[in-house]
Amino acid sequence: MRQIGVCLSPKVSLWFENLSSSLLLGLNLMEVDGGRILKVSSGAQSIPRHSRKHKAFYQFTQQSLPACKPVLTPAWVITTFLLMGVIFIPIGLITLHASENVVEIVDRYDTECVPEAFRSNKVAYIKDNSIPKNCSRYLKVYKHMKAPINIYYQLDNYFQNHRRYVKSKNDRQLLHGLGYNDTGSCKPEESNNGLPIVPCGLIAWSLFNDTYTLIRGRSELKVNRKNIAWKSDRDHKFGKSVYPFNFQNGTLMGGGKLHPRIPLSDQEDLIVWMRTAALPSFRKLYGRIEEDLNADDVVVVNVTNNYNTYSFGGKKKLILSTTGWLGGKNNFLGLACTSVGSSSIFISIVFLLLHMKNPRIL
Amino acid sequence: MRSGGRKRRLHFSKIYSFTCGRASLKEEHSQIGGPGFSRVVFCNEPDSFEAGIRNYADNYVSTTKYTLATFLPKSLFEQFRRVANFFFLVTGVLAFTPLAPYSAVSAIIPLIIIISATMVKEAIEDWRRKQQDIEVNNRKVKVHKGSGNFDYTEWKNLRVGDIVRVEKNEFFPTDLLLLSSSYEDAICYVETMNLDGETNLKLKQALEVTSPLQEDTSISNFHAMVKCEDPNANLYSFVGTMEFEKQQYPLSPQQLLLRDSKLRNTDYIYGVVIFTGVDTKVIQNSTPPPSKRSRVEKKMDQIIYVLFGVLFTLASVGSIFFGITTKDDINNGIMKRWYLKPDSSEIFYDPKRAPVAAIYHFLTALMLYNYLIPISLYVSIEIVKVLQSVFINQDIQMYYEEADKPAHARTSNLNEELGQVDTILSDKTGTLTCNSMEFIKCSVAGTAYGRGFTEVERSMGRRNGSPIHEAVTGGNDDTAPVKGFNFKDERIMNGNWVDEPHGDLIQKFFRLLAVCHTAIPEVDEVTGKVMYEAESPDEAAFVIAARELGFEFYKRTQTSISVRELDRTSGKKVDRLYTLLNVLEFNSSRKRMSVIVRNEEGKVLLLCKGADNVMFERLAKNGREFEEETKEHLNGYADAGLRTLILAYRELQEDEYREFNAKFIKAKNSISADRETLIDEVTDNVEKDLILLGATAVEDKLQNGVPDCIDKLAQAGIKIWVLTGDKMETAINIGFACSLLRQGMKQVMINLESPEIKVLEKEGDKDAITKASRARVLHQITKGKAQLTASSGGSEAYALIIDGKSLAYALEDDIKSLFLELAMGCASVICCRSSPKQKALVTRLVKSGTGKTTLAIGDGANDVGMLQEADIGIGISGVEGMQAVMSSDIAIAQFQYLERLLLVHGHWCYRRISSMICYFFYKNITFGLTIFLYEASASFSGQPAYNDWFLALYNVFFSSLPVVAMGVFDQDVSARFCLKFPLIYQEGVQNVLFSWRRIIGWMLNGLTSAVIIFFFCMKALQPYAFNQDGKTAGKDILGATMYTCIVWVVNLQMALAISYFTLIQHLFIWGSIAFWYIFMLAYGAMSPTFSTNAYKVFVETLAPAPSFWLITLLVPISALLPYFTYSSLWMRFFPLYHEMIQWIRYEGRSNDPEFCDMVRQRSLRPTTVGFTARLAARTNIIRR
Repeated sequence: MRQIGVCLSPKVSLWFENLSSSLLLGLNLMEVDGGRILKVSSGAQSIPRHSRKHKAFYQFTQQSLPACKPVLTPAWVITTFLLMGVIFIPIGLITLHASENVVEIVDRYDTECVPEAFRSNKVAYIKDNSIPKNCSRYLKVYKHMKAPINIYYQLDNYFQNHRRYVKSKNDRQLLHGLGYNDTGSCKPEESNNGLPIVPCGLIAWSLFNDTYTLIRGRSELKVNRKNIAWKSDRDHKFGKSVYPFNFQNGTLMGGGKLHPRIPLSDQEDLIVWMRTAALPSFRKLYGRIEEDLNADDVVVVNVTNNYNTYSFGGKKKLILSTTGWLGGKNNFLGLACTSVGSSSIFISIVFLLLHMKNPRIL
Repeated sequence: MRSGGRKRRLHFSKIYSFTCGRASLKEEHSQIGGPGFSRVVFCNEPDSFEAGIRNYADNYVSTTKYTLATFLPKSLFEQFRRVANFFFLVTGVLAFTPLAPYSAVSAIIPLIIIISATMVKEAIEDWRRKQQDIEVNNRKVKVHKGSGNFDYTEWKNLRVGDIVRVEKNEFFPTDLLLLSSSYEDAICYVETMNLDGETNLKLKQALEVTSPLQEDTSISNFHAMVKCEDPNANLYSFVGTMEFEKQQYPLSPQQLLLRDSKLRNTDYIYGVVIFTGVDTKVIQNSTPPPSKRSRVEKKMDQIIYVLFGVLFTLASVGSIFFGITTKDDINNGIMKRWYLKPDSSEIFYDPKRAPVAAIYHFLTALMLYNYLIPISLYVSIEIVKVLQSVFINQDIQMYYEEADKPAHARTSNLNEELGQVDTILSDKTGTLTCNSMEFIKCSVAGTAYGRGFTEVERSMGRRNGSPIHEAVTGGNDDTAPVKGFNFKDERIMNGNWVDEPHGDLIQKFFRLLAVCHTAIPEVDEVTGKVMYEAESPDEAAFVIAARELGFEFYKRTQTSISVRELDRTSGKKVDRLYTLLNVLEFNSSRKRMSVIVRNEEGKVLLLCKGADNVMFERLAKNGREFEEETKEHLNGYADAGLRTLILAYRELQEDEYREFNAKFIKAKNSISADRETLIDEVTDNVEKDLILLGATAVEDKLQNGVPDCIDKLAQAGIKIWVLTGDKMETAINIGFACSLLRQGMKQVMINLESPEIKVLEKEGDKDAITKASRARVLHQITKGKAQLTASSGGSEAYALIIDGKSLAYALEDDIKSLFLELAMGCASVICCRSSPKQKALVTRLVKSGTGKTTLAIGDGANDVGMLQEADIGIGISGVEGMQAVMSSDIAIAQFQYLERLLLVHGHWCYRRISSMICYFFYKNITFGLTIFLYEASASFSGQPAYNDWFLALYNVFFSSLPVVAMGVFDQDVSARFCLKFPLIYQEGVQNVLFSWRRIIGWMLNGLTSAVIIFFFCMKALQPYAFNQDGKTAGKDILGATMYTCIVWVVNLQMALAISYFTLIQHLFIWGSIAFWYIFMLAYGAMSPTFSTNAYKVFVETLAPAPSFWLITLLVPISALLPYFTYSSLWMRFFPLYHEMIQWIRYEGRSNDPEFCDMVRQRSLRPTTVGFTARLAARTNIIRR
């Protein structure tokens, strides 16, 4: 670097600075500082081919690479805030609109489905297998619902994200079945009566097992329970030739049972359940109704209320919901967008006023 | 060799009166052979059996930190000594237990990457040191190989007892015992700059018995045994005896040549190797370089401790909650959260042993929340600093072309400290000045001659915009410059002096310069030009000046001086011979030197030159004709920063001389203790009634650009102290020269030159002297302080000048704080005659007394202590000698580069590092807190929201590179503006950018971001369906979305925070974000056994969902909104200094001087030193 005889010519650099500053009059918001330019040879001789490269390297080592140096000028700031307002308010409104178009019916049934007699001791009720757990709920459709209508169950105060719970499964066993023996992570649900359990672990063991039958008028609404799990889960995480084995045979019953003749990859309610929820209050897809529901239709839901949420005080809800392009009926995004947008505009106005009132002294 | 032969005939020992009493060392020599004096050297027999059993160290010198064997354990130990690294090691090990919330591999790999990166850096640095060692150890020297043959060998191969031949201008490879030299009386001149920084040559003389060994062949049969003291660090003592031909001869420091000093003015010497390698005095003296850490880094440690505090708090809060919920899981035998099977759980979740579980969980939580502590912080900072150093080294504007020396940052861990320097302690010789003297002006017979301009005048002229100076200096191209001579005046030059009114006096004046000195001429055989070798550079300048003006001194014998001079009447060159009768030497108390010569006419002349204060009082009544004018000129010269001497002469009558000579010889030959005083008295009697001829002004040439540089530094608010070994007068002159002092500044002088102390010194009562001295120093300090307080608030500037002896008392424990207070109140401080140790002590005093950052700059080995003691040591590598450079932190070639080093690189590095650290904490707090917030909604069970590898790679890939780029490239203000507005430097001195306020501000910013990211993502995704298909978002989707938001937020925050966008920044910032998406794709495509819940997370779930894209648009912008609002408000209404400069640049008003001045004035305190201040002071006076 030093051998090439780099020298600075004050004239050239001055010229360059003038040039760059005059160029930059056009660019209002930023200034490019070219810094000093390398003069390879004196006079107006031809510049060697490598000079561009040399120049870049020289500028790099001298820390004078061309750069834009943004300054938060009032014009910049006000424009940015206005721009944010202009972008976010419409987005927010569109989003709100999308969410408003979604029709959602929520029905909490955990208390109502316990007979009056057992309301004081719900745990005993739910644990007693001899008591029938059937219960009917009447849902009134308040607005036309376009198919497909998703059926969800929602659990509250249920910690599917507890570390002990999340870890308590074995991915390889789910994929490869009994051939995979190392199921230490599934403790204490890894074996029963000396035989391994497939699928092992607490997650599978605590499978949600309330069932819903929906009836409109006199006919039963067909609930499609296929296609509710992610395709990648079905194809790559749950084995096609892995069948439940020794599952829920223990003394202590957990949640639902699995059909031993159906491979895990087809047990979609299990797959949905095993994709653990992020927060203690979560919804999971139960199935879909593939016909429209009209306003003022009454849907009777026959619930088998098997799942124990009473011991930890969790709620159970049944939800029927259509979806928009953004998903479910969630106003949050829309509200957040509009409020961010409007506060941006507010800030820009305040800033403008402050700027006008106080001339910069410096 | 002919000149050598001629020289050999001279016995210089006749010129110098050796003062060391060689015979009086009896009692010390009796210790030889005893403890501490056990070394035995068999000269010329290094291979003999006796020498073999002694097994003395070889001459290999190593400065490396590690060897191949110790590298791994030692550097690992160094690594894990850092609290943070140790913490990560512990958590890394814990990750292998079931406690870990993530997989062990993902936890340990970042640690391994980071530790190995640091180790690689260490290894490279040590390798560089090794290279340097190899260079030194492989220097060549001629060594006796037997039977009179000398051959070159490497330094490292020298052994004790070897006889070496060192040629002129070579360094001594080891400590040598001088045997003989090219001079007949076996003297040699030694330059000890590297050891003590003194520039005058030292004279060494061998024992008489060995002095005939002047030929290679005569060495072959030389055998002797030297017994001497053991290796020690005392440079000025040496005790030993030499047994030669059955006779014992005492040895003294006079015979010892020390390693790293240099042979001068002597063609060659022979010497015996006495101490080698680590045993040499120089190496014994060198202390291991103290490891220095910058203030910013120390504060960073504090922040890390704070974060550890936060981490432990969060972890304990989490554990307490976890303990409570876990205990609650079984209530009276009823399981609450039955799906967790609390009845049959291992200890970590066992409700029956909830406290223990909570304690275990505490460890888990520590591991989980350790993302609060940036693991990559240290290594990133180190990488950044190394790169910063590369830029410092590469800076072409700190490259000294003449010597091919770029700046060299030897340690990289002090870069940001360069931006915080409060006080500079500078050496003088070789640092501020180039230690070359130039004859520039003179005043003869009341007329001032010399039209040259000094550096000071030039820079003041530049400041004034006065065109005259430039025009005159521009016209000096007609003659090739002569080294040491910068005199221009057509009235005198080219023999024109003959026509001047006082032609006779001018003749006498230059004749005096040509005769009154101790220089040795050396005639170049080819050109016939005469060169001089003089003891000090000023003396050389005088002889050169005389030569250039037509009085060419060309030959010296023991008794005569020959001068070829222009005859006034005939106008021809004639040779004149002056018979040298006596030399009355210079010393610091006499402050003058004289020669007594007999000219060709037979007249005896006493020619004398000396300092003004001793000379004026010695003038005869009739010799004061031009006193007034001369004094006036002298003042002018002093103000221009010149060294001045008064020249005077006197004719002696024959009998008067005879009487003097008899007394003088008697005094010289006396052996009594008061020999010095006797000589002084005799000379005192003859050096009187002088006739004034005029005055000379020599410029102790400042290095290029020193006044400018000092001015800039002063404008930046940096205090400058000069610590020099020089005389007080010289130091003051230089103070004037570089504008540290100016006329009208109140000088507070502290010295011991009072009559009472002189009286006491004569009496020789040591206790009384000490007591009186201390009292005097204390008195002067308190008086100075009283003056200072009396005028506080006034515009008067004070300068403190203190000499070495007084400094010794001022640095005593009970006085030093008072002294420091006084010194801090003065605009400039000059310590003269200070020893290396005192320099270090003063540095320590300033460093610990004020608590501010100190920078020491020096070039000689005498500055080593100071360089090591200061927060930053800067070595000047321009001159020979590597001692200072080797112990410095950064080496530059010229003092003037300090300006750029501090104001540009220092400021940048400080800003970069401090912003970088703040940003680091910001990004990790943002990330760590989202984890914690998620924990709060997972009943603190220790389940991270993110996939293991997301966690592990956050600090390594997705957020580090932009920070590194910021640390290396960011510039708040370009170099040009840094120099134009030096006050910006105060941001570093006052630590504005790394104040707790700012740090906490960034942390709060992190907190805000984390809260916004977490709640927005949570609310937007849960519990509703998040895509058109009606699927709900699980942990995987929430985690990936949140993580995406974090990557965007921290990178965009970076984009907002930096003020210098080059392609590199764009590449790293957008690259990091892009890399996250690429990583998601790649990782998601791996088999689910490896990618677990991140399998196809992007392709299948996130990318098709519009809500994901909307969230990643909304959340980052909302998270950045608070920062953006805050910073735009502050930028507009309360700009910091660098922001003001950004305004100026942005508005293109940098060429509007009034406007710039206004900015400069803002919060500017008036500068008190530098020529800007000098100009200001001058204009003030005019105004009055």
